[in-house]
Amino acid sequence: MAQLLAAQGLRKSFGDNRAVDGVDFFVEEQRLVAIVGSNGAGKTTLVNLITGLLIPDEGTIVFAGRDVTTLPVFGRIKAGIARSFQLVNLFDLMTVLDNVRLAVFTRENKTHQALRLADRDRESEDEARGVLDDFGLTDKWNVAAGGLAQGERKLLDVALAYALRPKLILLDEPTSGVGTREKGQIMDRIESVVRSRGLSAVIVEHDMDIVFKYSDTMVMMHEGRVLAAGAPDDVVRDERVATMLGRTAAR
Amino acid sequence: MNDAAATAAHPAKPVPAGAYLVPLAVLLLIVPYVASAYQTILLSYGLAFAVAALALNLLLGYTGLLSFGHAAFFGAGAYAAGFMAKYWNVGSMEVFLAAGALSGIVIAALFGIVCVRYTKIFFSILALALSQVLWSLAFKLFWVTGGTDGLRVPTPTLLGGFLGTPADKVAFLSHQYYYYTLGVFAICAGLMWLILHSPFGKALQAIRDNEVRAEFIGIRVRRYRWIAFVLSGMFAAVAGTLWAPLNGLATPEALYWPFSGEIVFMAVLGGFRTFSGPIVGAVVFNYLKAYAVGRTEYWQMLLGVVLVILVMAMPEGIMGTLARIGRRVRGEG
Amino acid sequence: MATLVVQALNTAVYTAVLFLIAGGLSLVYGVMRVVNLAHGNLYMLGAFVMAWAAGGAAANVAPPLLLLLLPVAGVTVALVGAVIEPTLLRPLYDRAEEYQLLLTFGLLLILEDAIKFVFGPTPLSASTLWSSFGPISVLGSDYPAYNLLVIAVGGVSAVLLWAFVYRTKFGVMLRATSQNRKMAVSLGINVRALYVLAFSIGCLMAGIAGAVIVPVQGAVLGMGVDALVLSFVVVVIGGLGSLEGALAGAFIVAVVRTLAITFFPELELAVLYLMAAAVLVTRPAGLFSRSSS
Repeated sequence: MAQLLAAQGLRKSFGDNRAVDGVDFFVEEQRLVAIVGSNGAGKTTLVNLITGLLIPDEGTIVFAGRDVTTLPVFGRIKAGIARSFQLVNLFDLMTVLDNVRLAVFTRENKTHQALRLADRDRESEDEARGVLDDFGLTDKWNVAAGGLAQGERKLLDVALAYALRPKLILLDEPTSGVGTREKGQIMDRIESVVRSRGLSAVIVEHDMDIVFKYSDTMVMMHEGRVLAAGAPDDVVRDERVATMLGRTAAR
Repeated sequence: MNDAAATAAHPAKPVPAGAYLVPLAVLLLIVPYVASAYQTILLSYGLAFAVAALALNLLLGYTGLLSFGHAAFFGAGAYAAGFMAKYWNVGSMEVFLAAGALSGIVIAALFGIVCVRYTKIFFSILALALSQVLWSLAFKLFWVTGGTDGLRVPTPTLLGGFLGTPADKVAFLSHQYYYYTLGVFAICAGLMWLILHSPFGKALQAIRDNEVRAEFIGIRVRRYRWIAFVLSGMFAAVAGTLWAPLNGLATPEALYWPFSGEIVFMAVLGGFRTFSGPIVGAVVFNYLKAYAVGRTEYWQMLLGVVLVILVMAMPEGIMGTLARIGRRVRGEG
Repeated sequence: MATLVVQALNTAVYTAVLFLIAGGLSLVYGVMRVVNLAHGNLYMLGAFVMAWAAGGAAANVAPPLLLLLLPVAGVTVALVGAVIEPTLLRPLYDRAEEYQLLLTFGLLLILEDAIKFVFGPTPLSASTLWSSFGPISVLGSDYPAYNLLVIAVGGVSAVLLWAFVYRTKFGVMLRATSQNRKMAVSLGINVRALYVLAFSIGCLMAGIAGAVIVPVQGAVLGMGVDALVLSFVVVVIGGLGSLEGALAGAFIVAVVRTLAITFFPELELAVLYLMAAAVLVTRPAGLFSRSSS
């Protein structure tokens, strides 16, 4: 499988805090990679570096053969990188349909159109409804995003990123804040949508059951560095990881 | 401004405008024949302010930016008419409007480059400070701008004289000019409605609701804010140009920051979360102010009290409150 | 040389007044994150109270005693603030900050006419107080002694304020609350009472500013609105929330104004507003702010 994302030697510090301290991170095409690690390990910072919210102090990020290290956010989205957020980030006053349709508009470069009615655009609306179907949100199309239940909000957050038709989707704790049964439902949806369209996904996750059930590769981070990477079964058998997991479990 | 909880279950549905448009249009069309000249001219003022309030709300209600500097554009539009009349000897309203729109665009483009890097209070104060630059120039460069006396704006010819010449000023203002203002208002309102319901308008609303997410949907937030700012400035300047012949003068008061506050007042009074709110707010405010000025010399206090009550008890404004009542009546709670 | 001394002293006078007004605005923002558009009119209230009291009593009372009216005017304005904060501002703290701008704008309108109602529509003067102090010789030039008093009041206020904020227990609580409100509440600090007090102090400063300058320039309706924009310029330059910033900003504005009046009077105001805009663009936190806004 070809390498879709190759990040090498990434470093990012905030004052004295070395959030990401020499990280190599690779994602292959059509693979689901889970990043795990305790709080403060640098997982979200890594995601922020890859998606463009932050620029690394050192290191390079190559995506689909292109150097995107310093590319601004909209450039990365055009290149095919999209993300969802740990703390759900939606357009609360707009309807669910409007939320997704907006992503369709930007993808289709229609947002500069100021003299056409958005509601008349059949094509974009159909596609947005299609995405809502994929995520099981069809019934709620007319509800304001701020009025959805937490699980539905998490799904919508992912749907927004997905509607951009990225090649790589990064999901920061997509199942946090919901009950176990809902977690499974959310992950089932995400997995089916990702696999069926041949996307690659990176998921930051704390729940090891989910990591084992859904991911192809697991990357364990600690204090800004990668401790181990590989198939989940292999990684877990790694000594350093076992001690880390044991320590975090005891805490 | 994000009061998601208040409108969580249902997006704010404005009182359905469609049902009201036709009877309202008829009403507006017959005004000069059923009301006095004074009343008609007063309504013309209201319509001009309505365009300004709509322009402000393009930024406030739809992009999430509160500008306390819109007097800059309104005043620029008024002074554009004054300059055209004084220095180019022009008397055509179309030229006035073109000059007004152009000044609005240029000034907003310049101010916007600076302002759109900020949000919330810094944006508001920055807009205020920049608008004061214009005010102070109009005030001090009296040999160009007429200083506190202002610039005279003569009654213009409309559509090249097609609508008759302004022989009797009052009759002209209360008939031909009123219809002209109504027409320009309708065009501006229509254009702004279209813009705000277009994909671009949706992008602005996304920026209002969540600028980080908007960035991550691929919207170039700063650029779109700037475009919204320029559009808003253009329409506000057109409003000022419409207003100038009614007032007969372009004065520094139209550039002074408390006037910016009045425009904000209008939008909030009517309800800044709906499209039609600012229109209602501007017309109502205009009547309120005219009434207050006529009754008491302490009209500012009256307006101030209204604003305080509005903010404390009725922040959604007139249209927002009507929408809420409508929802309750329909049993949607 | 003579004019240089006079100009320098005038700059100092202007700095003192600007510091008092802007310092109050900045203090309120620093502690409570409130931008009070009516702050300028509170300054105007102080001016009118002082002008009315001093102007009316001038004939019968010895000038130095009239100075006792200064703190009276200040405290009057502070009491007005103590009423405004709990009734009108407190309900808005949980709402979007734009609502404060709207509400304080409404207050501005109310105060403008309230002052007109109480004191009448014509300007009031306390110039007899000013002239009764006579001129004093400074480095060879004659200069109004009262103006030196203004500088002194400004200086003393700055020192007292600094001591209050950085040396008293109350000041510690003030600073803690401004940095982290929730933490302050959980430490048992009575944040509500603190807010009322902080707001009142801000109003006190504005009131004293108006009271102390009124013998020099008189009390005129509309002076509050002008002063507000200038104090915005000061706090933007110096940094919202910083007292040192207010002092530095006041000084910079005063210097620029004196220079502008001397060399290009038409552009005097424009230059100040442009300067504010320039600072907001390059260093939005202000030149001296330590806070991360």
